Amino acid sequence: MDAAAAKFIGAGLACFALIGAGLAIGNIFSNFLAGALRNPSAAPGQFPNLLLGFALAEATGLFGLIVALIILFVF
Amino acid sequence: MAADTKAQGDLGLAKEGGYGSDRFDPMYQFDIKRIADINLFGYDASFTNSSLWMVIAVCTVSLFLIFAMRDRALIPGRMQSIAELSYEFVAKMVRDNSGKEGMAYFPFIFTLFTFILALNMLGMIPGSFTVTSHIAVTFALAALVFIVVTAVGFIKNGVGFLRLFVPSGVPGILIPLLVIIEVFSYLTRPVSLSVRLFANMMAGHTMLKVFASFVVGLGVLGGWAPLAFMVAFTGLEILVAFLQAFVFAVLTCIYLNDALHMHH
Repeated sequence: MDAAAAKFIGAGLACFALIGAGLAIGNIFSNFLAGALRNPSAAPGQFPNLLLGFALAEATGLFGLIVALIILFVF
Repeated sequence: MAADTKAQGDLGLAKEGGYGSDRFDPMYQFDIKRIADINLFGYDASFTNSSLWMVIAVCTVSLFLIFAMRDRALIPGRMQSIAELSYEFVAKMVRDNSGKEGMAYFPFIFTLFTFILALNMLGMIPGSFTVTSHIAVTFALAALVFIVVTAVGFIKNGVGFLRLFVPSGVPGILIPLLVIIEVFSYLTRPVSLSVRLFANMMAGHTMLKVFASFVVGLGVLGGWAPLAFMVAFTGLEILVAFLQAFVFAVLTCIYLNDALHMHH
């Protein structure tokens, strides 16, 4: 296989990290909503934690993007 | 956007890679341009557009806080309210996450938070430069946090700080394995802290520019759909700009908490 083509395929494969990030973000917000509807009065206090969890989950997906960019631009 | 597509002449990074078509390059916005050449002891310490936007960010924050708190009114006006609210916001974050002792480090965390927030928000201005989209900048910030937290940990607890790597209440056989994992996770902190901020900013801005190229590409008839998407997405990017500054500050507080309170 051509090295340049393999590079692009590898960069595409690295984006599979987004599967995990998507599942994680959906999981966080679904669980927050489920919890918030059971106990709405406690929900606002947990909002910073929600954002923190969202950002942490999103970051793991972005690590995949970094791998893709390294494959594209460094090698 | 028009400037991005046109000035393809002297871009270093994007042209070398050869990605992106002749007409449009979403990576062009991250190009560093020299404004004034400075050579310091053989190192290239030129004043670049990155430095310029850092100076603008520092000036914006400093001038705003000085100007807003000039009157020190008992009943705060609009500007003073914003300044007081931002103080309270960060103070609450520090108190919640690193306790009373953490308030000694409030100036450090407030500076970090406002600096990153200002850089992220200034980056949202079309045609400006997003300083935090460069790993060199974010890693320097994260390394600073890492060094400060480690130093605080050793000063407060002495050699006992190393107990951070030994989780309590685990069977003896597992301890060697867990110590390795804990040490490794401690050392990856600056990496994850910096990559999170850098990747979020870079990915968001690249996506905005890619969608902007769709607006031009689809023309007057079809361009409205990506344009509407872009408007919505710019709103989301402003949220992300705030969120990443917030997350950076919160994680700094949590790391500080580890160093200040050793029961874990």
